[in-house]
Amino acid sequence: MIQAIVFLPLIGAILAGLISIFGAHARNPGGDTVEHHDDAHGADAHASDAHDEHAAGDHSHDDHAVEPPAAGSRAAELITTGLLLVSAALSWIALVDVGFMHHDARIALFPWINSGDLQVAWSLRVDTLTAVMLVVVNTISSLVHLYSIGYMDEDPNRPRFFSYLSLFTFAMLMLVTADNLVQLFFGWEGVGLASYLLIGFWYQKPSANAAAIKAFVVNRVGDFGFALGIFAIFMLIGSTDLETIFAGAPGLTGKTIDFFGWHADALTLTCLLLFMGAMGKSAQFLLHTWLPDAMEGPTPVSALIHAATMVTAGVFMVARLSPLFELAPNAQAVVMFFGATTAFFAATVGLVQNDIKRIVAYSTCSQLGYMFVAMGAGAYSVGMFHLFTHAFFKALLFLGSGSVIYAMHHEQDIRNMGGLKDKIPFTYIVMVIGTLALTGFPLTAGYFSKDAIIESAYASHNPLAMYGFVMTVIAAGLTSFYSWRLIFKTFHGEPHDQAHYEAAHESPLWMLIPIGILAAGSILAGFPFKELFAGHGVEEFFRESVKMNPHIIEEMHHIPQTIAFLPTVMMAVGFVVSWLFYLRRPYVPVQLAREHQMLYQFLLNKWYFDELYDLIFVRPAKRIGRFLWKVGDGYIIDGFGPDGVSARVLDVTRNVVRLQTGYLYHYAFAMLIGVAGLITWFMFGAGVQ
Amino acid sequence: MTIGLGHYLSVGAILFTLGILGIFLNRKNIIVILMSIELILLAVNINLVAFSTFLGDIVGQVFALLVLTVAAAEAAIGLAVLVVYFRNRGSIAVEDVNLMKG
Repeated sequence: MIQAIVFLPLIGAILAGLISIFGAHARNPGGDTVEHHDDAHGADAHASDAHDEHAAGDHSHDDHAVEPPAAGSRAAELITTGLLLVSAALSWIALVDVGFMHHDARIALFPWINSGDLQVAWSLRVDTLTAVMLVVVNTISSLVHLYSIGYMDEDPNRPRFFSYLSLFTFAMLMLVTADNLVQLFFGWEGVGLASYLLIGFWYQKPSANAAAIKAFVVNRVGDFGFALGIFAIFMLIGSTDLETIFAGAPGLTGKTIDFFGWHADALTLTCLLLFMGAMGKSAQFLLHTWLPDAMEGPTPVSALIHAATMVTAGVFMVARLSPLFELAPNAQAVVMFFGATTAFFAATVGLVQNDIKRIVAYSTCSQLGYMFVAMGAGAYSVGMFHLFTHAFFKALLFLGSGSVIYAMHHEQDIRNMGGLKDKIPFTYIVMVIGTLALTGFPLTAGYFSKDAIIESAYASHNPLAMYGFVMTVIAAGLTSFYSWRLIFKTFHGEPHDQAHYEAAHESPLWMLIPIGILAAGSILAGFPFKELFAGHGVEEFFRESVKMNPHIIEEMHHIPQTIAFLPTVMMAVGFVVSWLFYLRRPYVPVQLAREHQMLYQFLLNKWYFDELYDLIFVRPAKRIGRFLWKVGDGYIIDGFGPDGVSARVLDVTRNVVRLQTGYLYHYAFAMLIGVAGLITWFMFGAGVQ
Repeated sequence: MTIGLGHYLSVGAILFTLGILGIFLNRKNIIVILMSIELILLAVNINLVAFSTFLGDIVGQVFALLVLTVAAAEAAIGLAVLVVYFRNRGSIAVEDVNLMKG
């Protein structure tokens, strides 16, 4: 069953990929542009020949209506979606089987790397932590597949799209079922690749390509740390197998790694390196810049990859390696710090953004910060709880935004929306449900998980616990404010763009069904799971799969009532302020922005992170690259290497050619000189001997 | 004054030198070069015959006869080449015969 869960998406991806390849071949028989359609890398570089009319400008994808859809689109959609639905159903069975029946599974598939001490095998490890992730990934993924059938109906390259989606799902499943760090890394890079391909899916848009490359490069920074962390673990323990690592970890306390005379605590350093990988993948503060740009991809992609699943891989990884992090309190403090900072930072930026998807993206970033706060507090299951609920309501918000965007004909700026609640009532209702869950309205899913995180931050003994607590509470208020701002500006008030408003229409059933299911999940995913993730059922449910801080759950239940109510109060405050600002007195925010121009610009420009990175990384890197290209390669290597040698050869031959005058008497003269020389030599040189 | 070996050799040397100079100082005609080569060969012949007589060894004279044969053959082939060349290029001036340059 586990094999089926993991490999059905792969089969779907391969089949859809084949359909895509053959479809492209049929469209360009004999043309050399064939591989551009199926080949991921070629697609970005050369596909302009296939889309001459689109290559020039920054066209939105709906221009593609002129291009006929690829053959077999419907087949590809149905195959991938069907397989994913089967996989999702099996995942829920697996969750019950593993979580409640305690049938943990470890399935060895086949050996992979066998080199000296390094023994790596492909194997699937399914314990409760993995089972929860399986459910999240497969449920969201299957719903997103379903949704995409509707959302992408105008796109000519649907088989490719669905192939990528399924490929992503497979890579994510490999990640969560990994039994060793190398396989985890394989999945980690696999989802990175799929993310790159999907962000750049509309490759004729330069901005999409730029965003795809940015996401890839920023993730490489994190992955560099992650890889170093894996190497460090292998060096310390001599294995990448999770069981061996966990068994050997307690023996490492107090050990140091000597690094150029610097004695670093081995566990702390390793955990920090691993966390660096998590920061990249989960878009934490300092490595977050790629996530908002990733919204260039199609909306279902944003929902699946950049909200519900891939970006939570970092959280999952920390939870998976919780036995290590539990032994490194300093690393936990760092985790707490970055989580809390991200939660606050992203929420402030979200306050002033105008792109509907970017608001939700910053919200995602912020919520991931919450999850890391729980990780830092040692309440891993609580972080997983928020991951679980967040997947539902954030995917809902993204897909709902997608529905709005679809209704508005690819208008994404909330300033041009307004009053849509009568035009698209179903979308309105589900968006409100998603917002309630996100802001933590009592009894919705987000309420239980988010409050649990804030409580765990308060109860934890982490040196930065108070910082984490304050930041998350403030962020809760900000979250409520910007979430309701989005709702009010989009659905309430007067329509700002009459033409779009008139043309707005409810999305097809393909899209509404997944949204409806997610809306139900956003309400129901909280209460039934509360005890299992953040209550007394944790021990029983998670067992060995995460190593919790032994006291945290108990202490969470004994914090003062006022503290427990604080997030709810903040939520209410945020709502009221938002209501005042955007419904009651719409002139207030405008005035406020004008009065505090500096602050407003600071937030609108995302704390100037992009500009800062451009200044300290991108431009120097470009300058170095240019220097090495022009001087290092062009001048020195080419100048003294191939080009120089060939130029010298030409010089020499040109002179030699000049010797050959073609006049007989010159040759004869040369002969004479030669003969004279030889005779002289034999007469005097030979005579000496 | 008896005419000895030295005189013959002197004549040979003078002829040889004339032949060499004829090749290099000649700017006009390839036929002159051919004639100069004949001169060089004759100079060699004189040397051969002179030494043959001086040493009483008949082989030198036999060799001179061989050289004459070769010289005749060479003159025939050289003139034939020249004729063909003239037909093709319309000139046998030494200045114009420089097709072998790079």
